[in-house]
Amino acid sequence: MMDSGKIHRRKQASQNFVFTLFTLMSASIVLVLFVILGFIVIRGLPAISWDFLTKMPEDGMTKGGIYPAIIGTFCLMLGSMIFAFPIGIMSGIYVHEYTKDGILKRFMKAMTNNLAGIPSIVFGLFGMSLFVNDLHFGDSILAGSLTLGLLVLPVVIRTTEESLKAIDNSFRVGSYALGATKLQTIRKVVLPMSLPNIITGLILSIGRISGETAPILFTVAAYFLPKLPHSIFDQVMALPYHLYVISTSGTNIVESRKMAYGTALVLVLIVLILNLLANVLRRYFGKKVKMN
Amino acid sequence: MVKDYVKKPKVMAKDVNLYYGDFHALKGITLSMEENTVVALIGPSGCGKSTFLRCFNRMNDLIPSTRITGYVMVDGKDINDRSMNVDELRKNIGMVFQKPNPFPKSIFENVAYGLRVNGVKEAKFIEERVERSLKQSALWEEVKDKLKKSAFELSGGQQQRLCIARALAIEPSVLLMDEPASALDPISTAKIEELIYELKNQYTIIIVTHNMQQAGRVSDKTAFFYMGELIECDDTKTMFTNPKHTRTQNYITGRFG
Amino acid sequence: MKTSFQRFIEKFVEGLLFLSGTITSFAVILIVLFLFKEGWGLFNETPVEKGSVIALNKSNPVQELTAQQIKNIFDRKITNWKEVGGNKDSIIVFSVNDISNYYSDAELGDSLQFVPQRISELMGKKTGIIAFFPTEYISKNFQGRILAMKKVTLTGFIKDKEWFPTAQPAAQLGILPLILGTLWVSLVAILIALPFGLATAVYIAEIADARVGKILKPVIELLAGIPSVVYGFFGLIVIVPLVQKTFNLPVGETGLSGSLVLAIMALPTIITISEDAIRNTPRAMKEASLALGATHWQTIYKVIVPYSISGISAATILGIGRAMGETMAVLMVTGNAAIIPHSILVPMRTIPATIAAELGESAHGGLHYKALFALGCVLFVMTLVINLTVDLISARRKYSK
Repeated sequence: MMDSGKIHRRKQASQNFVFTLFTLMSASIVLVLFVILGFIVIRGLPAISWDFLTKMPEDGMTKGGIYPAIIGTFCLMLGSMIFAFPIGIMSGIYVHEYTKDGILKRFMKAMTNNLAGIPSIVFGLFGMSLFVNDLHFGDSILAGSLTLGLLVLPVVIRTTEESLKAIDNSFRVGSYALGATKLQTIRKVVLPMSLPNIITGLILSIGRISGETAPILFTVAAYFLPKLPHSIFDQVMALPYHLYVISTSGTNIVESRKMAYGTALVLVLIVLILNLLANVLRRYFGKKVKMN
Repeated sequence: MVKDYVKKPKVMAKDVNLYYGDFHALKGITLSMEENTVVALIGPSGCGKSTFLRCFNRMNDLIPSTRITGYVMVDGKDINDRSMNVDELRKNIGMVFQKPNPFPKSIFENVAYGLRVNGVKEAKFIEERVERSLKQSALWEEVKDKLKKSAFELSGGQQQRLCIARALAIEPSVLLMDEPASALDPISTAKIEELIYELKNQYTIIIVTHNMQQAGRVSDKTAFFYMGELIECDDTKTMFTNPKHTRTQNYITGRFG
Repeated sequence: MKTSFQRFIEKFVEGLLFLSGTITSFAVILIVLFLFKEGWGLFNETPVEKGSVIALNKSNPVQELTAQQIKNIFDRKITNWKEVGGNKDSIIVFSVNDISNYYSDAELGDSLQFVPQRISELMGKKTGIIAFFPTEYISKNFQGRILAMKKVTLTGFIKDKEWFPTAQPAAQLGILPLILGTLWVSLVAILIALPFGLATAVYIAEIADARVGKILKPVIELLAGIPSVVYGFFGLIVIVPLVQKTFNLPVGETGLSGSLVLAIMALPTIITISEDAIRNTPRAMKEASLALGATHWQTIYKVIVPYSISGISAATILGIGRAMGETMAVLMVTGNAAIIPHSILVPMRTIPATIAAELGESAHGGLHYKALFALGCVLFVMTLVINLTVDLISARRKYSK
């Protein structure tokens, strides 16, 4: 064999080089995140004030606030949660607890995967075609919430499934052994144990709802509408669409820039707070219930 | 016993303690082995015999929060010393695992792997070495026509002999075997045992086994572990016919474990 | 001992759960149905909007013109009938506004009541004429010949090189530039993201100690959580000028700007899935390599990466799928020019961006509207192919282990 000391040094050197490179590349991703966040926070903070959060937009959306967009996004989040969470959780329970391994389960999982893979703009097309036009909801909170709800449905189902999977089967068997029915077992044993994980996942999915733009473009979002909705059949402004409008196609893009930074910051803050909340919950519950 | 002092030990452990976090897995083990002998490590599951085996090529490094004290010496060098190159050490100490674990590569490339990662480039040399290793592990006749095929196409027993060939290809001086036949059928097991017997002439072999008969058949010396302690180590014959400790006797006669 | 009421409740709840379980299948089927219902309608239409016609002189032997030929004729790029298979005769382009060039106000009548008649006359007189006018101006004894328009075809839709759905008189419905734009932007994005994503996945799964991994995970989660419109905004303000300056371009809104933004957005997908795949490599495999004297790095690239390659390719393909479907960020930074791209440094337009930008302006049920739904179908099929590929890869992975 060759001079082993030399080979060893070469092996070690290439390992050191690659590991350093990989560390730097990973660090650069963290850096990118901080640049994006830092950029939006630093530029956005001066724009944020009490008035900004509670006033109507004025002067072709170059002044005033984003109050109606905040309320609109809040309505859409709530609406799609009401639609997607119960159905998604029930669907997840059915797929994981009731179906046996076989064609039905595989089919349901494949369909959930397919739904998750559909681009958000296609949801927008579908929502417009079915809810807005065929069902005559018009551009409305209802149509937008249903479209957004459909979009997060796969996320909710998967979260539920994953959380249920994490519960060791012995808990179920133990419950059956005591004479509990399937429903009782799920309700009293399985669900309470998996609830923390489900909730954490759901919180993350709310963040996703708040930022989606493509599905609401043609189902609910209003370009400029300085009033609050009165019913679920009203149109609303929404934060992500508002940001898109004032940064690309508003009446005065340069003048609106400050408003755009502020809106971007509000959007990022919503996501940031939800992620933080999910992580805190994960840690809190992680200590409380140890699951395998 | 006089022999021990005459012949320099090939491998030696002196007062080795090993901790996984708070768990004290090995408690003050001292043991030495001469060149070209087979030492069997026996004991009930979780007694530390595999952990001890893994001290000799520092495989325990892979588990975080592992701490080791005492000396593990190979050829008179402390392998836990800072100056020791761990990949250099592992090149010199072959290892065969409990379950056959060939790489997702061809049969040929599996055996050539150790040479390649250690900087050997000459194709002819590699070919010769692969052939020799496969012959040594008594696999050559079965695979010589399908060296390019995936290693996963072999049977479990063949895969394990392939793993032995893989270990032999880089000419280690010590061979560690961690229950090498436990996942195999009786015929394959017999083949592996035969192989160990033949390899003894060139290698120092440490084998972990929970099969008493196997330990009796293949080893020169046997060491009995219990709860992280080395209870007893002696010539295999002595150990099986006349153990000093009742615990050893109980285990060997099958009263527990 | 269970009462029948209890048993009823059990069954009832199970039924309810089953219904919920079918919702995704139901939704997928509905989406396909509605998308294709609207999109397929396109192929029953002609490129000339309903309510208008194109007419020729009766002696003109030309039977058919493609949308592209019509556009070139009206753009005066084709000036002789010979070029489109007719007689050697120069083309006279006529649209309804040109009528006053030929007739006086008196001849057209006070309330333009004679316009149909005059058009008819004109059609009979000029052998080289091609006219475009509303259907209502067709007079009773029309002296011209109304050109029968071919319906929009699927192959034309996919192969034609021009996208100008609002063009008059004939809409140009070629989506090739959009398909190419989508592919360019997303493939380049993955090329940029892949090295970083893989390096990070390897770093988290193999190199970093657990504490660093615990910091990186939320970072990646957050990266995945930032709304695409915020990425678009960031891209518009930071990346677009940067690209413009670096490459000294006339505009910074290019395919590359879109790829850069998409690369950042695709990272979480690539990292999470590859990391999972890398972690799934059996420990025994890793140990066998190390026991042979391989360094950790040799073990990674010779054993771990080949072993987890199917998971890594699934991650890559899924990343491409996500990138192809991404709408807002791309819409905001790629410049949206519907031309066949020859370099990544020119403005490009992707399928989702086209739908987002144009659907609002298209009339419900019109040609343009249907064309956009057909675009949606194309996008759906593209992503479906990607998802099925990923399913296939992961199924094979399970099978081989």
